[in-house]
Amino acid sequence: MISHETIEKNLGLLIVLTILVVSVGGLVQIVPLFFQTSTTTPVAGLKPYTALQLSGRDIYIREGCVGCHSQMVRPFRAETERYGHYSVAGEYVYDRPFLWGSKRTGPDLQRVGGRYSDAWHMAHLNNPRDVVPESNMPAYPWLDRPLDDASIQAKMRALNTVGHGYTEQEISEAPAALAGKTELEAVIAFLQSLGIHAPKT
Amino acid sequence: MSDFTSGFWPLYISLITAVSIIGTWIFLRSHTTRKLAPGEKAELIQHTWDGDLQDFDNPLPRWWLGLFYGTMIFSVGYLILWPGMGNFEGVLGWSSRGEYEAEVKAAEAKFQPVYAGFMKQDIVTVAANPEARAIGKNLFLTYCSQCHGSDAAGATGFPNLTDGDWLYGGDPATIQATLTNGRGGVMPALGAAIGPEKTKDVANYVMSLSGRKHDATRAASGQAVFAENCAACHTPAGTGMQALGAPNLTDKIWLYGGSEATIIETITKGRNGVMPAIAQTLGTTSNKDAKLHLLTAYVYGLSQKQ
Repeated sequence: MISHETIEKNLGLLIVLTILVVSVGGLVQIVPLFFQTSTTTPVAGLKPYTALQLSGRDIYIREGCVGCHSQMVRPFRAETERYGHYSVAGEYVYDRPFLWGSKRTGPDLQRVGGRYSDAWHMAHLNNPRDVVPESNMPAYPWLDRPLDDASIQAKMRALNTVGHGYTEQEISEAPAALAGKTELEAVIAFLQSLGIHAPKT
Repeated sequence: MSDFTSGFWPLYISLITAVSIIGTWIFLRSHTTRKLAPGEKAELIQHTWDGDLQDFDNPLPRWWLGLFYGTMIFSVGYLILWPGMGNFEGVLGWSSRGEYEAEVKAAEAKFQPVYAGFMKQDIVTVAANPEARAIGKNLFLTYCSQCHGSDAAGATGFPNLTDGDWLYGGDPATIQATLTNGRGGVMPALGAAIGPEKTKDVANYVMSLSGRKHDATRAASGQAVFAENCAACHTPAGTGMQALGAPNLTDKIWLYGGSEATIIETITKGRNGVMPAIAQTLGTTSNKDAKLHLLTAYVYGLSQKQ
């Protein structure tokens, strides 16, 4: 057995042993997650975000939506009654970075896709009070401007390196898919995609 | 079936966990200094720092050592009772999914008798029941108020549910069908087909239908345009058609607004009114049907004057 004194006097050994000790939690709790079926297999029907949804997702991140809206329905009855089926790992396979959030000033959004019409989202993002007088959400009127996402193809290629599997055709058609759209439309396209492949029962 | 992609991972987890616990135990044992006898002084450790600094090899306080061993014993107990060691599910058989299902089951057992009573009654009877209305109101605030408002009076583009005017019909069966399947109300964009001048004429004619102030000359020439382009859905008299969700234009209720400018915008660009199939979001429990029943009754009751 190495004596305390030996460890204390050998800085390199101290560093190696410290790293070894603190990494145990990560090795046991985190590393195996990359080798589990439920965390690596997409739920039935789930596809990587389309070009427009991807751009909308980046605007969602830019505007800090995740600061007030989580995207994670926890397995409690109070949540499943309100939002729908609790979230499962396979829904997040194409979420890089994930947007689970940790705070709900507003409601969870993981099941918001299809729940409201596009027209509702337009009115609501422009001024939430127009449709929900009690709302304390800030208005985002500036989103109604042309979408300018020059790096969309680079983003899709980058995501392909981690296995999103965009085809060359999808990548070459991406700028055309974004042409003439507003940021508002992109965000709505993203929101309407959330949770539509959630487990049904 | 194991969730892991290979049999290596459960072993890997179990091994690291076991080695950590046993290893720290052995390490702690081998480095614990013997308890001092009364009066005995701790030995000096054989090193000197900065010329004259030395320290005693005092034993660790026993209560502190006890806490350390306590955490190890706790971890062993935990790993026996709950999942943690690879594929081992724990003696208690606990899972977060199981806990959720038990919670849902308990709630269903509690609410089922209440719901069962209402399920035996028709919508009209339920709508008159104060207890059912209280439940219905909670459901409405959760699932419907975002568009129709917490007072159900609607907003621009989202119908008022309290006024007795219905796009698709306000009888219980129709309301339930609306909640179950949703609705898509499409007013086509006619701007290109009619042209701006005639659009203005027909807008004035539409305003005349409900007795709004309008330009009589324009309204007169708009009548023919209306008959040609609008009457198919809104009927020649402009009273609307619930089968299509085409609004009555002769009343004073406007979904998007009744000013000349708004009517022209509606005719020119068209409108797409979407009511989502909200029944699919009423939770995933077996109480779903009862919730739909109560919600239908509540919406039905909103426009029934006492």
